[in-house]
Amino acid sequence: MQPTELSAVELVAAVANGDLTAVACTQAALDRIAALDAGTNAFLHVDRDGALAAAEAVDAKRAAGQPLGPLAGLPVGVKDALCTRDMPTTCASRMLEGYRPPYDADTVARLRAADAVIIGKTNMDEFAMGASNENSAFGPVRNPWDPTRATGGSSGGSAACVAASMVTASIGSDTGGSIRQPAGLCGVTGLKPTYGRVSRRGLVAFASSLDQIGPMGHSAADCGLVLETIAGHDPLDSTSLNEAVPAYTQLLEEPLAGVRIGRVPAHFGDGLDPEVAAAVEEGFRVLEAAGATIHDIDLPHAKYGVATYYLIAPCEASSNLARYDGVHYGHRTKEPCRSDAFDSPLVEMYCRSRAEGFGPEVKRRVMLGTYALSAGYYDAYYKRALQVRRLIRQDYQEAFSKVDLIGGPVSATPAFPLGEKTDDPLAMYLLDLYTVTTNLAGVCGISFPCGFTGSGLPVGYQLQGPALAEPLLLRAADRFQRLTEWHRRRPTTA
Amino acid sequence: MSLSRDDVSKVAALARLALSEDELEQMTRELSKIVGFVSLLAELDTSAIEPLAHPLGTTNVFREDVPAASLPVELAIATAPKQDGECFLVPAVLGD
Repeated sequence: MQPTELSAVELVAAVANGDLTAVACTQAALDRIAALDAGTNAFLHVDRDGALAAAEAVDAKRAAGQPLGPLAGLPVGVKDALCTRDMPTTCASRMLEGYRPPYDADTVARLRAADAVIIGKTNMDEFAMGASNENSAFGPVRNPWDPTRATGGSSGGSAACVAASMVTASIGSDTGGSIRQPAGLCGVTGLKPTYGRVSRRGLVAFASSLDQIGPMGHSAADCGLVLETIAGHDPLDSTSLNEAVPAYTQLLEEPLAGVRIGRVPAHFGDGLDPEVAAAVEEGFRVLEAAGATIHDIDLPHAKYGVATYYLIAPCEASSNLARYDGVHYGHRTKEPCRSDAFDSPLVEMYCRSRAEGFGPEVKRRVMLGTYALSAGYYDAYYKRALQVRRLIRQDYQEAFSKVDLIGGPVSATPAFPLGEKTDDPLAMYLLDLYTVTTNLAGVCGISFPCGFTGSGLPVGYQLQGPALAEPLLLRAADRFQRLTEWHRRRPTTA
Repeated sequence: MSLSRDDVSKVAALARLALSEDELEQMTRELSKIVGFVSLLAELDTSAIEPLAHPLGTTNVFREDVPAASLPVELAIATAPKQDGECFLVPAVLGD
């Protein structure tokens, strides 16, 4: 039995009953990374020694008859936006190159407490800003289904390491689609939980009212298993929800009979790739076969979603990224800082450190946010975006009074060639069409494979649900996966 | 909507970014295009809509006012580019 071929649910059971050791699972993951990751670039850091030590501790616990955590022995990749006290945390930025945080993110601490084995830190778009993973300061991730194509982003490393079976599950973060879109383009399952479901403490902040951590894996059941561990209230994140965490994996058995799924006709307009459209429409048929009913609904302000998002997210980012000042951590310029062009040597040090440390997309968003928040423009841009955000949330509230879930595409096209969109920032922003409104409304969404194109690229299907509807969302995706085999396909890697 | 190079230069100063001449030029072009796109929101009448800053509508969350352990100073400053074991060091603010 190859540990890298097992689902998370199967692997954890095999470790618990002694069919596999945690060390064997970890070693298999490390071997696969060694064989494949030079070509994929999914990992920015692999913690070989730490992972093996954690795995040995799990096996010793079992040998001593002590109870094992719910993720005992599970090899996990963690997006490099989450703080890890024993590994670098760079957010794929020169600004944080070599930075080692003094504490673990809440999610990382929960994974360790559950006896999961953290294999390493995954590549991403710099500070999670991007939809292709090409904004990483340490090189793009290559799509395991076709290495000439992008993985999507920003959690491209977390999607690719699961797609290529290097690890069994991974952790991503989703501010405007950064879990769901790469999951779709890489043929894996990725869940963006309800805002506040998972603590953001120790997640390097991008846009604090939108950011949410979530699991990625080969199936909805695997995502549910990991979510059981990482969800829950954290007194040190005042926006984390103080709500009980359901046993998601125990709630998958109830049939879908009577569940109403909304379909938005406007989702199928111009710009949607015909092969994607066909696979997504077929996805609705599968859910119908599982007992759900399909209803056409409208989200009238969805067409304003991308414009609203590209004001709110950059505004919050320009404020959050003010902390990179060359003083507290990260890069500081080596220039002498004695120019008359600046107000003071201190200001010059700030300006040069930031200009040297940030890449082009991060600069663009900091500039856009600073502009939209500046005197004279605040009302026209930031405030107006917040008003439209309310309209978008009202659309969802209205929709969820008629249907239980909303289905549709996650991305207008399958994985695109590397370099195709890098010269046109606005074209890259428009890729977020189907995903940003979930974050603006604070609800939950999941993406999973619903077919393949003629040239063998995966197509993702997105389901969105109201706040805290993760049990139903996971149940619907799991039902879909009981009736289909798309999520079992693996790329033919070396 | 078009931004001038002068506008962009002022924003760069506010954002504390020392942009090169080339970057300023490129940023002027790109920001004009992006701001033109997001101006799409102007077609909506939002005069009666309350802004929504946060999805949860949570109000302030307080904890008990009891002293608790926090990050030790030496750990908090350990990763600073310049520090003296107790404080962050920055270039002189009031002159040499």
